Amino acid sequence: MEWEVVIGLEIHAQLATKSKIFSGASTAYGADANTQACAVDLGLPGVLPVFNEEALRMAVKFGLAIDAEIGKRSVFDRKNYFYPDSPKGYQTTQLHHPIVGMGHIDIELDNGSSKRINVTRAHLEEDAGKSVHEGFGGMSGIDLNRAGTPLVEIVSEPELRSAKEASAYFRKMHSIVTYLGICDGDLSQGSMRCDCNVSLRPKGQQEFGTRTEIKNVNSFRNVERAIDVEIERQMDVLEDGGTITQETRLYDADKNETRSMRSKEVENDYRYFPCPDLLPIIIDDNYIEAVRSTLPELPDAKRKRFIESHQLSANDAAVLASSRTLADYFEIAAQAANDYQLAANWVQGDVSATLNRLEIDISELPVNAEQLGRILQLIKDNTLNNGGAKEVFNALVALGEAGKADSTVEKVDALVDSMGLKQVSDTGAIEAIVADVLANNPKLVEGYLNTPVEKRGKAMGPFIGLTRKAAKGVNPQVVMEVLKKKLEELG
Amino acid sequence: MHNKTIAQIARDLAAGEYSSVEVTQSYLDRIQQLDHNYNSFITVTAEQALAQAAAADAMRAAGNATPWTGVPMAHKDIFCTNGVLTSCGSRMLSNFVAPYDATVVANFNNAGAVSLGKLNMDEFAMGSSNESSFYGAVHNPWQLDHVPGGSSGGSAAAVAARLVPGATATDTGGSIRQPAAFCGVTGIKPTYGRVSRWGMIAFASSLDQGGTITRTAEDSAMMLNVMAGFDPKDSTSMQQDVPDYTANLNDSIAGLTIGLPKEYFRDDLSSNMQQQVRNAIAEYEKLGATVKEISLPNTHLAIPVYYVIAPSECSANLSRMDGVRFGHRCDDPQDVNDLFKRSRGEGFGEEVKRRIMVGTYALSAGFYDAYYKKAQQVRRLIKNDFVEAFKQVDVIMSPTTPSPAFKAGEKTSDPVAMYLEDIFTIAINLAGLPAMSIPCGQVDNLPVGLQLIGNYFDESRLLNLGHQFQQVTDWHQQTPADLV
Repeated sequence: MEWEVVIGLEIHAQLATKSKIFSGASTAYGADANTQACAVDLGLPGVLPVFNEEALRMAVKFGLAIDAEIGKRSVFDRKNYFYPDSPKGYQTTQLHHPIVGMGHIDIELDNGSSKRINVTRAHLEEDAGKSVHEGFGGMSGIDLNRAGTPLVEIVSEPELRSAKEASAYFRKMHSIVTYLGICDGDLSQGSMRCDCNVSLRPKGQQEFGTRTEIKNVNSFRNVERAIDVEIERQMDVLEDGGTITQETRLYDADKNETRSMRSKEVENDYRYFPCPDLLPIIIDDNYIEAVRSTLPELPDAKRKRFIESHQLSANDAAVLASSRTLADYFEIAAQAANDYQLAANWVQGDVSATLNRLEIDISELPVNAEQLGRILQLIKDNTLNNGGAKEVFNALVALGEAGKADSTVEKVDALVDSMGLKQVSDTGAIEAIVADVLANNPKLVEGYLNTPVEKRGKAMGPFIGLTRKAAKGVNPQVVMEVLKKKLEELG
Repeated sequence: MHNKTIAQIARDLAAGEYSSVEVTQSYLDRIQQLDHNYNSFITVTAEQALAQAAAADAMRAAGNATPWTGVPMAHKDIFCTNGVLTSCGSRMLSNFVAPYDATVVANFNNAGAVSLGKLNMDEFAMGSSNESSFYGAVHNPWQLDHVPGGSSGGSAAAVAARLVPGATATDTGGSIRQPAAFCGVTGIKPTYGRVSRWGMIAFASSLDQGGTITRTAEDSAMMLNVMAGFDPKDSTSMQQDVPDYTANLNDSIAGLTIGLPKEYFRDDLSSNMQQQVRNAIAEYEKLGATVKEISLPNTHLAIPVYYVIAPSECSANLSRMDGVRFGHRCDDPQDVNDLFKRSRGEGFGEEVKRRIMVGTYALSAGFYDAYYKKAQQVRRLIKNDFVEAFKQVDVIMSPTTPSPAFKAGEKTSDPVAMYLEDIFTIAINLAGLPAMSIPCGQVDNLPVGLQLIGNYFDESRLLNLGHQFQQVTDWHQQTPADLV
């Protein structure tokens, strides 16, 4: 039978507020256990939540970025369940009246076309703490530093039809929230996590099949792998005439398999009701418009502009626009050099290679955009050849690695001088060097003159090498012209 | 000394009649000698109180005294007090030393008041007889085999027995007014949102409100001056100016209209009770007020609505008591669910468990619409009754309770009979209005309370009415016969 895959994603993105959603404690990652949990986060008797309006501003910003309805009256509800790292015995979330209603984003498919995916809703809620199972002699420890970190949970419509589409959607959401600056997007620290709802149905059938939910997948690659392996599993069950159990599953990346976590029958009745400690959030058009005025250029718009204004290829534009920091870096360097294609080549070449090698973010690269821009300028005015430019770039990276990073543009020029990389383009000077080379290598000259005319192009190679060795940084273009002229004069 | 009111002590301290250390020591001695009769205190903080008193005396000597500097008082054990056991009357919190002060507690500390300790209460404020406390029942100073009312039974008994001149209290369905009526003292529950709930352990968040129990309306005004106000730490507290509640105490009440809701003067109310309350209203007429019968047609729905909303909210509010981070933890838990189940099973008493069960049921999938949602809709109708009534009258009066204090043990096996105790007080919490109970008579040597219900943020008027009544009557000065 031919099966159709139906996927919907729930993405949790931690909002980049300084303090928590209902308390003044810091949200910074990596502190000692329970040092960033105040009385509210610990759920002590008598404490009360106070809503952090910065989380509201960020959620509204997100809603506007995906062209969604903004909830002018949103309400916090209590979702009741007992769990050791849920300090109050309930999670404060939004059930019936979320801050963000129906919206949509477009994802790019492999065949170059794009597909619109509707976003059902996005709501504000608080993150839970963490249970720590090692180091307590068989018992568990609880770290509540993360408890109360603001989240937006972004729920898609079940409109994704393959693991690839799901991963493209996750990437696009990542790109949008990081563009907006409302989430740091650090997947390894759990800043964005994804629950994948997967089901199959016979092609052509309207009704959805029974779905499973794969919880807490935390990388683009694992979203794709987890869904693919779950599709395979479900297909095997269905092809064998079995039925799918509605349940929550975990993805084990090491074994590349999903396994059952708990089935729906034993799941909690969450007994939602409006939180009486928090007032409904009421916002008006003025508020919404004020937030709208702070929206940056979003990835789709930027990609389009790169193609239309800078004549980049669709592929170059997509890569460069995928991250706001990368795009900003590219644009600053390109403007300085007044050459967008040259900058695009460099950012996708040496810059990306260095980022991958050092496993760092563009913001941590020891060569900043202004410095790259200066290097590109020097290529354009023939001061540097391509090899020299790479040497300067690598020298700056090496300084950074040695902890001696210098972020000034002047440093580029200083390195060009001290490393003797300045290209000699003065024809007179090059003529003198070439004359020396020819005079000192009579045998080579003789060999050259004995070479048939049609093969002389290749025989010129050794002279080029010798000339460049004799004078570092000579402009190879000029060397070629001078050599040709001189050798022709000889016969 | 122990018969003096807060206002008198404040005047004496200002006049240098005695020091704060002296008055504090005299109350501490009295608590030590007499409280075994009443069991009104859970914790007496003698050392801390004397240190606060000495600091207050020094402050006064330096010329920095406020009206509250050095005046003794005590807190219901529902308010978190930094470094002091805050048990909420429960085994669950019998080891909980709060690491912070409730806003109400901090306000009194900042005003220079001296806290003598923490007062007994029904477990988690759930009860109308103060028999559900883990620390034992409180006894009514008027007749020791009678209940003091609840949940603020410790506050009311301590004030009635002259162990403290004034106490904080809380009221979710009548927990200030009913014990005040039973013990012959004055109690006010302010408008919802008037007093911060930060650090006040939640029972039912949308109904809970902190207030006071004192002997006179004037003392209540003095306490409210310290307690009331907006608190950025409580999202439900109101950003509304706080008047000086003592400023209008002496205003004439001539020309005011008193509404008497016919639903509160039912035939089954004992004729003795009726008579006492009618007599009190006649006093007001003598003072120039006029009386008008009104109707609050949804009154009969108040108790069922309350017993859906309050347990629902409490079922979630009490979930944090799970044995993980603080409070009672069972021995040798086998796994996390065993830890939750046994810690809670052992830590909570019967009435608390009953309400958690009721609330959990009311919020369950499939029942939410029929119970919680419906109750919230009816709550709005009850509130509208009052809004309509206050278009015609300035204040509403009724008995505080259907009968005077009952005997200990009489209603413990019949929860519904106990719930009906709050029949005249509960609707006020559902509407969020301010209300007060003042002593207005006696039946069989037990006090009777008159309930005064005000419009939103009209506490000043209630205090004015209470004070004027207490200028022409002496019910508030009566003391239990066998009181030393």
